[in-house]
Amino acid sequence: MKLQRFKEIALDGTVRQNPTFRLVLGTCPTLALTVAAMSCLGMGAAVTIVLICSNVIISLLRNIIPDKVRIPCFIVIIATFVTLIRMLMEAFIPSLYDSLGIFLPLIVVNCIILGRAESFASHNPVGESALDGLFMGLGFTAAITLMGIVREVLGSGKLFGLELWNFKIGFFSNAAGAFLTYGLFIAIFNVCYNAVERKLKHKAAQKATTVAEEVSEDAPALEAAAKEAE
Amino acid sequence: MDIFAIVIAALFADNFVLARFLGICPFLGVSKKTSSALGMGLAVTAVMIITCAVTYPIYVYLLVPLGLEYLEILVFILVIASLVQILEMALKKFSPGLYSALGIYLPLVTTNCAILGVAELVIAQVAADTAGAFNLRGMILGNWVDKWFAMSYGGAVVSGIFYGLGFTLAIVILAGLRSKVDKLNVAKSLKGFPMTMLAACFMAMAFYVFTLI
Repeated sequence: MKLQRFKEIALDGTVRQNPTFRLVLGTCPTLALTVAAMSCLGMGAAVTIVLICSNVIISLLRNIIPDKVRIPCFIVIIATFVTLIRMLMEAFIPSLYDSLGIFLPLIVVNCIILGRAESFASHNPVGESALDGLFMGLGFTAAITLMGIVREVLGSGKLFGLELWNFKIGFFSNAAGAFLTYGLFIAIFNVCYNAVERKLKHKAAQKATTVAEEVSEDAPALEAAAKEAE
Repeated sequence: MDIFAIVIAALFADNFVLARFLGICPFLGVSKKTSSALGMGLAVTAVMIITCAVTYPIYVYLLVPLGLEYLEILVFILVIASLVQILEMALKKFSPGLYSALGIYLPLVTTNCAILGVAELVIAQVAADTAGAFNLRGMILGNWVDKWFAMSYGGAVVSGIFYGLGFTLAIVILAGLRSKVDKLNVAKSLKGFPMTMLAACFMAMAFYVFTLI
């Protein structure tokens, strides 16, 4: 695979199409679990694993699955992996299993996973689909963990379960605080994203003009060379 | 617990969207207009009632006796998807008026976490409640009639109805708020989702008051 394509997929997954801040998908676990940063990490890992596995299988089967029944097929594939993850987590990390609660089985209906299956894995080769799953999952994990850290520090004065100080704003661990934090995070992300994009565009435009100038400077020399050749 | 307390809890204090964070995607996505919000809410309510009524017996009388509890996610999602499909076909055939009002929202309901969520919640209650355990002898001896109408099954269906109505209430109120909020002159980066989130934040605060009663 070319480096350019790799960079494109990585940037798309983590920044340009960040599932949480740009596409606003998979909002239910984002709002519900960001009370504690640790469960965010666990949720992110679970979603990433399911996303990679389902993307690979769907990409392998993309020429076999009939177009008309593709959604039920995708759902069955995703549900299989979610069941696997759920059983593994219940057996090996029971504390995380308890803190994720109902949102672990609900990964099945998480729009990020079905969305990537539909828009990427079903018409791209296996390697690229696996990478897309990895980076989309990482983008999701980073976003919800960041929100989880902010809400946990402000709401309960803790960080990853460790007591920091005795100052807490109960509002941030309530439902209303979840909506407020998420809204502000999207707004801040949009501001940063637009600023960076404007700068990049400006740079690209500058580059284009310098290239054009170089070309125009070279033009007389080229003409002279052509004359000499004649 | 009397029925009034269950209803108030399901509608306000334990509201599916604003307290449990289930079904946020349609809550944000289909709340631009009040009429479409009402259609979505009613479609969700209808599917929720049917889901509760169907998945409970499937779990208690099919999966538990066969020892297949670990297949619940797969079975539930398939049952819900086929139920929604059947409901859509039935509506199209028998009541075109209702179909034109609700029909377009029905496929969206399949991948709505509120539906799978209500099924999982009801099953979690069953698992905690030993009265839901299967008893073959009791069924053969005619005990099944009592079991069928026992509080656990009735409670499952009633909670389906009122969780659905709570969802409808929340989405219709948000649609009403958004028709005002979207017209406000705010900074460009706050337009769209951030402002909707802020409106939802104030709604959540208002609904939170009911938990203090």
